[in-house]
Amino acid sequence: MAGGAATGGSAASDTYNQARNWLLMPSWLVLGFFVFTPVCVMVIYSFLTKEFRGGVIWEPTLAAYDQFFFDRGLFGDSDPTLQWTYIEIFWRSIWQAGLATILSLLIGFPTAYYIATRPAKTRAIWVFLITIPYWVNLLIRTVSMKFLLRDEGPMNDFLINVGILSEPLQIVNTNIAVQLGLFYSYLPFMVLPIYAAVERYNFTMSEAAADLYATKWTTLRRIVLPAVKPGVIAGCILVFVPSLGAFLAPDLLGGAKNFMIGSLIEEQFKGNAGNWPFGAAASMILLSMVLVLLIIFASQQRRAGATT
Amino acid sequence: MNDTAEIAIDVRDAVKRYGDFTALQKISLGIRDNEFFTLLGPSGCGKTTLLRMIAGFEDVTEGGIFLFGDEIETLPPHKRPVNTVFQNYALFPHMTILENVGFGLEMKGSSRKDAAKRAAEMLELVHLSQFAKRKPAQLSGGQQQRVALARALAPSPKVLLLDEPLSALDLKLRKAMQIELKHIQRETGITFIFVTHDQEEALTMSDRIAVMSAGELQQLGRPRDIYEHPRNMFVADFIGDTNLLEVSVDKIADGRAQCHIGGGHALACDAVDGVQTGAKVHLSVRPERLILSEEAGNGTSLRGTVTENIYIGTDITTMIDLEGGPKITVRASNTERGNKRLIEPGNPAFVTMETGAARLLLD
Repeated sequence: MAGGAATGGSAASDTYNQARNWLLMPSWLVLGFFVFTPVCVMVIYSFLTKEFRGGVIWEPTLAAYDQFFFDRGLFGDSDPTLQWTYIEIFWRSIWQAGLATILSLLIGFPTAYYIATRPAKTRAIWVFLITIPYWVNLLIRTVSMKFLLRDEGPMNDFLINVGILSEPLQIVNTNIAVQLGLFYSYLPFMVLPIYAAVERYNFTMSEAAADLYATKWTTLRRIVLPAVKPGVIAGCILVFVPSLGAFLAPDLLGGAKNFMIGSLIEEQFKGNAGNWPFGAAASMILLSMVLVLLIIFASQQRRAGATT
Repeated sequence: MNDTAEIAIDVRDAVKRYGDFTALQKISLGIRDNEFFTLLGPSGCGKTTLLRMIAGFEDVTEGGIFLFGDEIETLPPHKRPVNTVFQNYALFPHMTILENVGFGLEMKGSSRKDAAKRAAEMLELVHLSQFAKRKPAQLSGGQQQRVALARALAPSPKVLLLDEPLSALDLKLRKAMQIELKHIQRETGITFIFVTHDQEEALTMSDRIAVMSAGELQQLGRPRDIYEHPRNMFVADFIGDTNLLEVSVDKIADGRAQCHIGGGHALACDAVDGVQTGAKVHLSVRPERLILSEEAGNGTSLRGTVTENIYIGTDITTMIDLEGGPKITVRASNTERGNKRLIEPGNPAFVTMETGAARLLLD
């Protein structure tokens, strides 16, 4: 049947196409149910009117998006001015996620490089060790982190006992705690794709560069990094995207002042105080941003693929 | 090339150990300036290790390596004025051909413009100018091989190291590249150190060959010396085809050794130092130095029966069972004259040795 699709129109190719469509059905169903439908529901809800105790009224309106971008005063009758509150939350999320990505890259790249350059036998053990903490639920790990970092926690106790600090350093409920939480939550997503890329890298190219008078640093910059770039980009996306929408770390470690988009959206669907259309609209805006990033990534991958 | 030329690479008592395993046992050799020098041996003989030690990728456990009198074995690779052509080329996939070839010059401090200019000249030398803007993946294996050569030659190294660079090419292309490499070596006047396991390749290209086995230097000499005067069993067997016959030495007189082989056939050959009367040693005779005939010829003629004729194009190889045991192989050119001498299997025949064809081997 291999040539069936090419001959087009004949009975054989019809059978082939039919079989193919049936075989593809499970994928389409999964994508339909778990991707397309939820996104559609979200899009529709973001254009509906809010019900005060959660839920929606089926009356189309742009109110949710309007609320996100514009301030119309307490009674909704003033001239609209740009609403900074939510844009600031988005902005804070972006730089928190960005910083977590850079931190993960700075720690993750050397880690991945180190593991990939170990003898083949010990590599599996290192990768295994990296993944062990992630067998524990993220919520529990985040709470544990709060316990470790709090004013009377082991970290502060240790620093005071050793004599580095005279009084506890407040970390919990600051951006630093959120940052540490995000960094810790998503670090393996940086390490693993870079590890895979470095493992595939042909180290004879590093020897060739050294042979052609390149120092170690230049070799890393000019030869190794371009070769493992797809892995680095994949790692950055995998850390940045979930960090952007994270709510556990900001909720538990950041306190009320250090809100991120994830928490904002979560609030809208919690209990009776929520605003479903507004939550849906905020999700849509977040989704669009992530989509733009993924498109940039995909085009990068394609360009990298063309050269190798 | 002459015997008094300056020594480019001087390896002195170099030893390489990996834990308990000794890859190289006290190798000493001097590679002359402007020489096409080949390290030849089976895989695992230490030839690539020695090359990588000269390049700086492996450190030297004991001994020293000198480049025109300067000790280099402690320098990192990027500080040694030698360049390498790697077995699988190791071209940089994200750079164009021109950028690849210009890389070494740029690292040595040339401006991008100067590097590109010189790189373009090098590409001309290997006939690849029209591919300058392409990426390595868009080139065939043979073309990539030439890019690797141009890239290694571009910074004008004092010595060029080539690690089995032709092994991935098909036979025809390999033969063409052998000639081209030899020409480029003469044109540039750079010392080439070439690693291969292919004895024919080594004989074709080299000014001198170092035959290695099990981490030791077996013989060093010009291709003709090595082929015609192998020093031991390993060299005789590894280089070309040969008949290895066990002989007993009966008498040594006037530089000639009178011996006999299994079956009582007597023969004479040049004596070598260290062989004594009564010793049991080996004799190497190249098949093409033997003549097959129906009648006994002049000199040493051994009687036997033809068992098989094998047609291999340029030559015809005949297998003969000598009376009393040993088998021997004779090769004749596929010419009118050679074909006339052919004897069908089952028939008796005489094998005559050319004078000086047989060579005694010590071990």
